[in-house]
Amino acid sequence: MPFADPNLYDYWPYEDRPKIVWPDGKKLAFWIAPNIEYYEFQPPANAQRQPWPRGNPDIIGFSQRDYGNRVGHLRLMELLDKYSLRGSVSLNIALLDHHPEIIEDCVKRNWEFFSHGIYNTRYSYGMTEAEERAVLEDCIASVEKQTGQRIRGYLAPALTHTEDTIDLIAEYDFWYSCDLFQDDQPQPLKTKTGKLVSLPYSLEVNDVITYGSLSQSASRYADVLKRHFDQLLEEGEKSGTVMCIPLHAYLVSQPHRIRPFEEALKHITAHSDDVWFATGAEIAGYYRDNYWDQTVADIERRGLSTGGTGFSGQVTA
Amino acid sequence: MSSSYPDYPLRRYGNDHDRYDWSYSALRPKDGPGRLDVFIVVPLEFFPLTPSGKPFKHPGAMVTPYPDLRHFSTRDYGNRVGVFRILDALRDAGMRAVFPVNGMLLDRCQPLIERIAEAGHEIAAHGVSTDHIHFDGLSEADEAGYIDQTLELFSKKGLQPKTWMSPARNESYRTPDLLTKFGFDTCLDWEMDQVPVAMNTENGPLTCLPNHFELNDFNLLFTKRQSEDEWSDQLVESVNYLAAEAEAYGPRVMGFTLTPYIAGLPFRIHALRKTLAAIEKLNKVRVSVPSLIRSDWLQK
Repeated sequence: MPFADPNLYDYWPYEDRPKIVWPDGKKLAFWIAPNIEYYEFQPPANAQRQPWPRGNPDIIGFSQRDYGNRVGHLRLMELLDKYSLRGSVSLNIALLDHHPEIIEDCVKRNWEFFSHGIYNTRYSYGMTEAEERAVLEDCIASVEKQTGQRIRGYLAPALTHTEDTIDLIAEYDFWYSCDLFQDDQPQPLKTKTGKLVSLPYSLEVNDVITYGSLSQSASRYADVLKRHFDQLLEEGEKSGTVMCIPLHAYLVSQPHRIRPFEEALKHITAHSDDVWFATGAEIAGYYRDNYWDQTVADIERRGLSTGGTGFSGQVTA
Repeated sequence: MSSSYPDYPLRRYGNDHDRYDWSYSALRPKDGPGRLDVFIVVPLEFFPLTPSGKPFKHPGAMVTPYPDLRHFSTRDYGNRVGVFRILDALRDAGMRAVFPVNGMLLDRCQPLIERIAEAGHEIAAHGVSTDHIHFDGLSEADEAGYIDQTLELFSKKGLQPKTWMSPARNESYRTPDLLTKFGFDTCLDWEMDQVPVAMNTENGPLTCLPNHFELNDFNLLFTKRQSEDEWSDQLVESVNYLAAEAEAYGPRVMGFTLTPYIAGLPFRIHALRKTLAAIEKLNKVRVSVPSLIRSDWLQK
């Protein structure tokens, strides 16, 4: 029986929340998430969604994304190096097999990896619990084997989920989910086990959204990012906020876009007195250790807890 | 072409309905100098993960197969975070707005509703949810049931709204009759004039205030992909133009919408503040709420 409300988190108004202060008194936790993805040339058919809008093979679609892997990531890595920024990689795990050279370049830079499923052309719709477990186990083991890192974050491939997804990643000791976009501050998720944080991934300033869905120009993207940052920094004075820049090298590393994009990084890194430059697991870990309990208590105190866990318990609005 | 092609029983002088009287602006007496009354609409909507999509997909409703956590949570962002930025911007500009609320949100967002009421904004009824669209395919009993359910949810919170906005601003042919039957006197669905229009219903008049879809933030910023600066410029231009028209011809009314999950995003707030500051500076412009605009208009 489908649920009208996932009940994965409680309603929690942005006003009058207990204060969050990031390490060293910083007001805004900033992280940058390059999506390093593999889109299959011959993806399996899916009844609920066609991977390539033109059908297989989609030459422009495939080769544009392959351009991101062959040319784009390096441009972005060198740009982030220039501003001493470490990426938190949203990784399609199969890329470990297809293009290990890219992974080595990330490891060299001490970047973090989190799971973005196996292929971006394979969706979670209709998966059984056992299938989903197998995917998660593959993700954890494959990254650990090749990089030594235990992944702590998750963003479902192509943002596709089942009712079990969030519970399962909590059970496998993930610390953060980028799957929910309800806030500019972290919030505990209501899972059966574990301690999973909904970490703001700032989907609305994702390059796919700004260049693609909103059809904005290269210079407009820099404006959007600067304005987004300025507003969240101002609000971070009251209580610490989080901003992410989710990126796709096949878009942002296009030659007409990467220098205008650099203007945003210049602006953001000029505020280092107030900004904590961190990775996803660093922010989620700090939040779990220092602010998790405070949030749960505040929601309880304000009578906003609906009880239960995701896709169970109270289901009405 | 059939021989009946040009025939229409309502082919006649005026509109092909009796909901309101035809009135040509050129034939109205000049009544200037007058004031422009602006109303700002901030809809609070609940988007279920399981929309029926009937009779059409509500703007902003789920996009991908169940469970579309992405669109559920981005819409919810508006009611949790974005709306508070809009409330702060309104407070800083000294303005009141109207908040049409889906009945199903009243419980879920109780602290927000209290904050809106304390700040003196008007709370209007906005149907049950975005999945309760009024349309002519509903039976009269079902449609009346939607309105009754909405009012019941409001009365549980001690609220008796007299202003109504339908989900997606959609109606059946009988909606206005049902609205007055249930005690509503003001409606924000229609936009056929630059002044309030008294609609004829079975239970007395229903005042319709012009709510400009062409200035709606969802329409401009999302559907038409305009920048927040272009949006802001057009809002300020509208208010300026209508203030001049009011000066020359008599009172004018206009409404525009701030959708919390659209206008309330961090990168758009500077444009909202700029817009409200520009409107606030203008003479002979009053930002008000529908109930007050209606009662002032009727006293005229």
